[in-house]
This record gives sequence, structure tokens and C-alpha cells, in this order.
Amino acid sequence: MSNYIAIKNNQTIPVQNIPVLDYEDFFALNTGLIQHEENHCVSYFGYRIQDKLKLTCCMANDTDGNILISSCEIKTNAREPYPSFTAHHLSFHFFERELHENFGINYAGHPWLKPVRFSFDRTNKDSRIENYPFYQIKSEELHEVGVGPIHAGVIEPGHFRFICNGEQILHLEIQLGYQHRGIEQLFLNKKKLLQRTTLAESIAGDTVAGHTTTFVNLWESLCNYQADEDLQFARTLALELERLAIHTGDLSAICTDIAYQLGSSVFGRLRTPLINFFQIWCGNRLGKGLIRAGKSNFYFTEGLRKQLEQLLDAYENDYGQMWEEFHTLPSALARLEKTGVVTREQAIAIGLVGMAAKTSGIRRDVRATHVHDLYGQLNHQPVVKHHGDVYSRAHLRNKEIRQSMGYIRKMLQNIPQENKNRRPLSSPQPASFTLSLAEGWRGEICHCAVTDKDGELMHYKIKDPSMHNWLALALAVRNNEISDFPICNKSFDLSYCGHDL
Amino acid sequence: MLDNIKILFRQGKQYIPDVTKAELPGIFRGRPEISNETIDTAALIDLCPTGAIDLNPVSIDLGKCTFCGECAFSFPSKVKFTKDYKIAANQREDLIIKAGETEAITLNPDLIRKEIAKYFSGSLKLRQVSAGGDNSCELELNACGNVNFDMGRFGIEFVASPRHADGIVITGPITENMAVPLQICYDAVPDPKIIILAGTDAISGGIFSDSPALNRTFLSKYKIDLYVPGNPIHPLTFINGVMDLIKKRK
Ligand code: SF4
Repeated sequence: MSNYIAIKNNQTIPVQNIPVLDYEDFFALNTGLIQHEENHCVSYFGYRIQDKLKLTCCMANDTDGNILISSCEIKTNAREPYPSFTAHHLSFHFFERELHENFGINYAGHPWLKPVRFSFDRTNKDSRIENYPFYQIKSEELHEVGVGPIHAGVIEPGHFRFICNGEQILHLEIQLGYQHRGIEQLFLNKKKLLQRTTLAESIAGDTVAGHTTTFVNLWESLCNYQADEDLQFARTLALELERLAIHTGDLSAICTDIAYQLGSSVFGRLRTPLINFFQIWCGNRLGKGLIRAGKSNFYFTEGLRKQLEQLLDAYENDYGQMWEEFHTLPSALARLEKTGVVTREQAIAIGLVGMAAKTSGIRRDVRATHVHDLYGQLNHQPVVKHHGDVYSRAHLRNKEIRQSMGYIRKMLQNIPQENKNRRPLSSPQPASFTLSLAEGWRGEICHCAVTDKDGELMHYKIKDPSMHNWLALALAVRNNEISDFPICNKSFDLSYCGHDL
Repeated sequence: MLDNIKILFRQGKQYIPDVTKAELPGIFRGRPEISNETIDTAALIDLCPTGAIDLNPVSIDLGKCTFCGECAFSFPSKVKFTKDYKIAANQREDLIIKAGETEAITLNPDLIRKEIAKYFSGSLKLRQVSAGGDNSCELELNACGNVNFDMGRFGIEFVASPRHADGIVITGPITENMAVPLQICYDAVPDPKIIILAGTDAISGGIFSDSPALNRTFLSKYKIDLYVPGNPIHPLTFINGVMDLIKKRK
């Protein structure tokens, strides 16, 4: 028997089919798999079963589209610390810190079991966000700069602690957790599907299509339900529209941070018709209410098709003109090029996903590697860039904007009929495990669910791409001037609430 | 340079000329109207994700509603959402819309402190505090200042420091981990100062209302000057609400 089970994206399996290994074998398997560049860890979590903790590790293979699931049961009060995966591959650092914070698991060889988010159910209640001891370097030459949790703009809270040598950043520590709302626990407490969908829409309100699609795909799989093509169409379209809108808004924000007023205003206003289109379609500018498991309240009509086509024609012209001006402007390029670099080696070591991975030369994009909804038909080829700097991340957005426009136009030629006679959703299957991946505009989103013998949710695990990628920001700003921090930060545009949950 | 002028020319005028009368495109779920039709009220109450619907008479609390629209889809003859986006109020009870009510929501002038119009009517600087906000209200508050909504033309702006502000705008259900920073920020704002709650999560906790990770004690200590419902708030709801709050009254 194999020591893992291979599944595809959105596949449900009985929990008992996941091999349960000794920690030693579990450790050897997963630290072995990660040595191959095509594998990365999409989720690694634990949940209590009586006095044991059941660990489940999910490794995705980007070449063959398999996701390799293995598990292990450990004691939470073990005297001896467990050997750390992170000591062998840094990309596990986040997951082990989370297990340490939530369950008190001790690890040998983990470089820094830094608190993740000071969750309400953490084991060490004495550790509080207000008196967290930031990493320090004792030196007369260096000084510290503390920023946040409340920042200058209208933006979510988080604390950035810089250690600087003059104007130069030597080290940045990022401490999050201020946004922690206990959302994973609420997925279990709230029993109605609409409540859970509302929660999914609120994981990160700038990624409504991303997280809600991931949730409904997972839920339908758990209920052994095949979504009709018109539902899959709406989800794919929403994901690409969201990408288009947020990428455009991010280009505006990047311009703002380099004080380029024209770009800031024009890209900013170009986002408006895109999010207004969500309102025209579903009554909400950010797409809340649009995506539902097993149904839709907003069929994509012929009238909507015409409006969207006109909108894209107008957008494309204005966007193209502005982009041409922006990306040939020497004073803009001087601020973007070679600023905030993440090397390919770093990207692999810390397990980056999404835009941050693709701009550091890694071809990692769920739309191509673990297809779902209509992505199989779109034959997505990820844009990959190699310099890993702010300029690459701006440039990638430009390419993805054009790519998304192409996909949307293609999809609009063939709108599936509305199924007026949909099969109703049944209840989730008992004692099952499901994993769902989707490529939000930031990158890979992963949700996992486990049900008990009555089909009730007993564990719900959410991973926003930001959980992998915040560390990239900390590395990117090293040796940069502190004045370049805002633009580095904006070029990643990571989620605070998606991380804090 | 020439290209810049071309772009400017091509963009033309982007701002909404009259933010108090603008029509919203497409569908929008604003102020609901509830009919007196008899329906299965138990089913109506049961479907609401946040317990926003109550009985005798049937009512919807916009401070709890996520505007998901499910009640209107299931009971179209009972509940319908109008496109009226002027739904901000300065009295918590005024957010509860009862069956048969079709009037616009307005602020109660008697509850507005005199100094608000005196000091803030021409210029209001606000400090935003996201306390567990999901970044949707934050995006919309930013949009208030973009070239389309251009809230700055009315003298209303967000500022970087609480010491430069005349009040705070809270988004999110107020997490335990943000309780202290929120208090510090509020204390740093000089008097007189106002508090605005933006979005359903801030007003009632929304879908998070019974989460063990929240700490909403801040709200019980102070008078709230303005409630702006929405999930997220629409920029026009916010701008109209604030302008109504600070305007000079006869
Ligand atoms: S629209 Fe509001 S009142 Fe109606 S079901 Fe949704 S949350 Fe409840």
C-alpha cells in the first residue's frame, strides 16, 4: 500500500482512505516530496480526535495535477519535540507555526516558531499581540522603525517592524493577527449553507469570487453534486473579472506610491466600470451574492453579454493608451526596476504562489495545473517573468489583464443555457475529505473540509495565498531603501484578513 | 507631454456631477420595502443568514442585513429591495425597516450635536480604522475619494494621522486583537470628534456577531454619530450620509 493517496482538485474521498503513518514516515514522505520542484505544500493542518491530533498534509504536483494526501496521528502533550519539516524546507514554516500556536506542538529544528495570528483559541493565552517581542538586533549603528498596526491609508491593520542601517532596510519583521475573526471556527458553528457562503464571501472581501468559488466547488463535491455548465461559466467569468478589476486598481495604487498622478487617476477610474459591472450583474460591486452552491440567483443574460462586450472595448483602448505611457516613462521605471527583488531560489525555498511565484520564474497557476470550472476549455498558459522585482509584478498584471480580457471575450461567444430545472443539493457525505483549489487574482486559494460520521463539518481549513507570500515581502525589501517599502508592499498587495482569518 | 494631454483629453470628465441624485446602474440592493402580504414568516426568518428579519410587524434590520437578497428571491411579493442608496442613519432604530414603510431614511436632526455643523460643515477629516474589516468596505471608502465619486470636493477626506482628524470611521466587526489599537487611535483624535460605523460588520458584527474572537466593548462607551449600512457600503451611501450629518441646518 502506498503511503499517500493521490486525488484531483475538488475530489471527495472517505477519510479512511487517507493513509495514517507514523510521524517518522509522514516526515520522510513529505520532506522527500518537497525536494522535487514540481511539488509544493498547498495545505498542512491538524484537528483534534479525542486526545490525539490528526495531521493532514496536502502536496500538489504541478506537472500531473495530482494532490498527494497523507496523515499522521500524534499526541499534543508529547515530551519530546517533533522533528520539524521546516528544517528541511522553509516552505513549511507557516504551517508548523500555526500548529504550534493552535495546539502547542513543539518542533525541533524549526528556525522561529513566531506567532501567526494570536488566534482566540491559541494554547498560550499569555502571549498577546500588544506585548509581542519583536526581533531585535543590538547595535549602536542600527535603528528600528515601527509602522502600524494602523497605517497611513485606508487599509487593513498589520505591524511592520524595520531594522534599518541609515536609510537602508536590514531586516523587516511582519506581525499580523489584528484581523483575526475566528472564521474557521464559525464555519463549524454556523449550520446553514447561506451562512457558510456568506463567511466565504468575507474571508477576503477583495477576493469574493476567488474564495467563494473555492468554497462552493468544495461544498458541491462534498455533496456529490455536479455543477451545471452555466454555474461553472459564471464562476470562471467572475474570477477573471475580479482579476481584471483588482489588477487595474493595483496599477493605480502602484502609480500612487510613486506619485504618478495621471496613472493613479486613469487606472483608478478604469476599475470603476469593471466593478460596476458586477453590480449590474448581481447588485454588488464586489460580487457578493453572485456565487452560490448548487444554484445562482443571477443568470448571465444576452443583455449582460452586450454590455460587457461594449465595456471591454472601451476599457481596452483607454487601458492600452495609459499602459503605453506608464511603462515607457523613465521616471516610473527608475522606481520599479530592480526594486524589491525576490530571487527564484528564495521563491522556491519559501513556497511562493500566485503572482509572486510567477514573477520569480515559477510556473505555478491553478488555472493551468489543477483545472476546475471552465479552465480546461481555456487552455490557460501562465505568464511567467524572471526578474522578481516590482517592475515584473506590474508587468505581470498588464499581461494578465490582457489575458483575462481574451478569456472573457472567448467565453462570451458561447454562453451556456440556464438550467431551469436544477437538481437540488443534498447533504455532505459522511466521514469524507475534500480539497478545493482555485487561482484567485493573488494566487492559489485552498480550502479543505472534513466531515464526521453524520456528515457534519468537523474541520474547515482555509489557506489564502498571502499565507505563503507575506514572507516574500519581508525578503524583498532587504537592502532596499525604506522609502521604497510602500511600493514593494503594493506590488504584492497581500491580504491581512485572508491571512488572519 | 503631448501624450499626457491626449490621455487627459480622452478621459474627459469622470466625476459624478450630483452625488445626491445619481442613478445607480443595473440592480442594487438598497432600502428594502416590505409588503403586508401574508407569507410563511417562519421560513422567511429561517433563511436569513444574520438574523436580520424580525416579526410583528415583519422588519429588516439594515444594521444586520448583508444585502444578500435571499429573502427577496424567496418571497418576492413580501420583500423587495429598492435602488435607494441613502440608507445611513444616526439612530440605530432607524435602520429597522418595518412592513408597510416606504419613506426615505433620514437623519434625526435633534440628535446631531451642534458643534458638528459648526466645525465640520466645510471640512471634515477622517481617520479610518479597519478592525477586522474584510477589505471590501475599505476598498469602497477609498473609492469615495477617486475621480468618479470625488468626495474631496466637499471637503471630506481621509487623513493619515488621528491627530489631524475630526473623527474615526470604523469598519469590520472589531476584533479582540484590534480593540487596543482602536482605543489608542480614538484617544489621539482631538475633541470635538465623531464616530462613524461603516458597513454591516461594524454596525452589528454581521455574520461574525457571535464570534469569540471579537471585542466590541469600545462601542458601548461612546455615542455613534452615523451608521452607514452595506456589505460593503456603497460610496454614495457613505458620501450622502456624511454630508447630511455635517450640513448646516436652519
Ligand atoms: S437580504 Fe438581508 S434580510 Fe434578506 S436574507 Fe439577506 S441578510 Fe437577511
